[in-house]
Amino acid sequence: MHADPAGVLTGTHFLDGDHACCEGCLAAGARFASGYPITPSTEVVERFASRIPTVGGTFIQMEDELAASICLQGAVWGGAKAFTVTSGPGFSLMMEHIGYAAMTETPCVFVNVQRGGPSTGLPTLPAQADMMQARWGSHGDYGIIAICPNSPQECFDLTIKAFNLSEQYRVPVMVMMDEVVGHMTEKVVIPSADQLDVTPRKHTHKSPADYLPYQCNGDGSLVPEMAHAGEGYKFHITGLTHDERGYPNMTVKVQDQLVRRLCAKIENAKDLVAYEAENLEGADVVVVSYGITSRVAQRAIDQARAQGLKVGKLRLIIAWPFPEKVIRELAPKVKAFVVPELNLGQMVREVERAARGAAKTIHVGHAGGGVHQPEAIVKAIVEANQ
Amino acid sequence: MSTIPINPVLPFLRTDRMPTIWCPGCGIGTTVNCFARALLDSGVDLKHLAIVSGIGCTGRVAGYVKLDSFHTTHGRAIPFATGLKLANPKLNVVVYSGDGDLSAIGGNHLIHAARRNIDIKVICVNNLIYAMTGGQTAPTTPGHVITSTHPYGTFDPNFNLPHLVEAAGAVYVARWTTFHVRQIARSMAEVFKKPGFCFIEILSPCPTLYQRRNKMGDGLDTMKFYKEHSKIKNGVSTSEVGLTRNGDIIVGKFVDRDRSDYLTMAHDQFVEALGDRYVDECAAECCEEGI
Repeated sequence: MHADPAGVLTGTHFLDGDHACCEGCLAAGARFASGYPITPSTEVVERFASRIPTVGGTFIQMEDELAASICLQGAVWGGAKAFTVTSGPGFSLMMEHIGYAAMTETPCVFVNVQRGGPSTGLPTLPAQADMMQARWGSHGDYGIIAICPNSPQECFDLTIKAFNLSEQYRVPVMVMMDEVVGHMTEKVVIPSADQLDVTPRKHTHKSPADYLPYQCNGDGSLVPEMAHAGEGYKFHITGLTHDERGYPNMTVKVQDQLVRRLCAKIENAKDLVAYEAENLEGADVVVVSYGITSRVAQRAIDQARAQGLKVGKLRLIIAWPFPEKVIRELAPKVKAFVVPELNLGQMVREVERAARGAAKTIHVGHAGGGVHQPEAIVKAIVEANQ
Repeated sequence: MSTIPINPVLPFLRTDRMPTIWCPGCGIGTTVNCFARALLDSGVDLKHLAIVSGIGCTGRVAGYVKLDSFHTTHGRAIPFATGLKLANPKLNVVVYSGDGDLSAIGGNHLIHAARRNIDIKVICVNNLIYAMTGGQTAPTTPGHVITSTHPYGTFDPNFNLPHLVEAAGAVYVARWTTFHVRQIARSMAEVFKKPGFCFIEILSPCPTLYQRRNKMGDGLDTMKFYKEHSKIKNGVSTSEVGLTRNGDIIVGKFVDRDRSDYLTMAHDQFVEALGDRYVDECAAECCEEGI
């Protein structure tokens, strides 16, 4: 369906990534946000707080990130599309409720404008060191989706995509920005509402008598249908291991069925692959990057190609689930993957694992606080080519 | 042939989930019975009534009542309920949880929801202990009590919950024990119709972990203790209702006052600041009826 025009600020704007992300939330139909202030992410909800009373909806500033990350889920079960926004220390506090959203299959969006860590780290400076936390941070086995914009325009576009995927798969989706993308200002084009596709909630059409909250329909979909409070369904939702009725059932059998489905609905999905590729054909070296680092990598790739090296580009747009098949099929055809990222080795582990030894994997780490010098990436490309 | 009359509260319960997990002599089931009575007596619209629990013995209540019911994470029933209510204001939202869940791990949310005067009804079953996890000290455990984490007796001071929530801003504060079943049901029916943040504390026996370890008898002995030691003092200052191990239990309706709730204050502020530009719509799309 098309976006609700009330939330779409159609036009050409000069926006930073945080503000563009907020416009993406509004365009996607989010009418509820709960947040707690934290640099460098707060501008997203500051703009939402300013905009939402003129669009129709609610923003609430909660007492901490524990509250913010569960408050939004109450709003979702009340019938709203909802999100929260944070950065490293707040993201750590939200892990419990990312698990709750995964377990209860609550569609929602968590935006993380990444800064340097660990702990309080570098509040005002960038990093990409929460990538593994996004995937594995809450306890237990589950699947999530993580998206990595590299520009304010993508902060708008991919935030809408994040909401759409969260509704399609009933899963928390992480928008993994970073401080530079969040604070850089560029042209952002917002189309008219009728040009924006918005995925509606997977609401049940069954009567209350026939409805079971966690029953899959037998049509092959692993995503059950949802109902909201106040509609007469009188359903039960729990973070405990539960059966199709939503009732606690803590047996080995039900645990196996439930947890395998929560993982499989993401891992087996065919359409959860999104990347940007250039010059992969005949490449000797492929640079794998995402977020702000992909823009530094672009310069390094251009410099290396100017020297005559056969360098390809693979930019991850959806980082989780990891595009394992893409790397696996590419590995035997190239000498090496070069993986620059603003951490000391996170997504590179996935590249190396997926390559299965068929190509070298060279990490270009950076502890955060700035971005790479392109020369550091060029140097790694030259070494990889040897 | 005579027929056995159906218990009038049964339609409010998920009978397919019985028996409950609660121990013999536990008071939580008594409070649920009172809750069902209050639903029956008040005529509250069940379709728009949602119940939210945290974690613990009382946290299981949401799973046993036939309403839209949410068993959330430890301590977070109140912020979940806040989102539910603010997104869909037509809902009447009840938080039903225990003393440890609401006042220890959830203590920050308790005081802030009271401060904001979120229109939710909090029912706090206080058994003075962490029961689900085996009898550890709670913020409500009185002094000189044996618990599994204070094997030589508690010594850190306990919360006086009515005083705490009154100070934080609650508009309705009452306390009863599970001996006071009619008063509990009456208070519950009252808060369904009272706008703003309402708080009912219900003292309840935990014969398995509190009374047994402290040689205080069983559930029946505790009911006798409640009967003999409860003093009804409606309107008394909440500063005077702190609990001790063997002392009197002051019960009654302590606070019943009016002030604007969060959504009303938000609405008024937006009207003042934005005038015609304010779009007074709730966040939930499906606010009206089921699809």
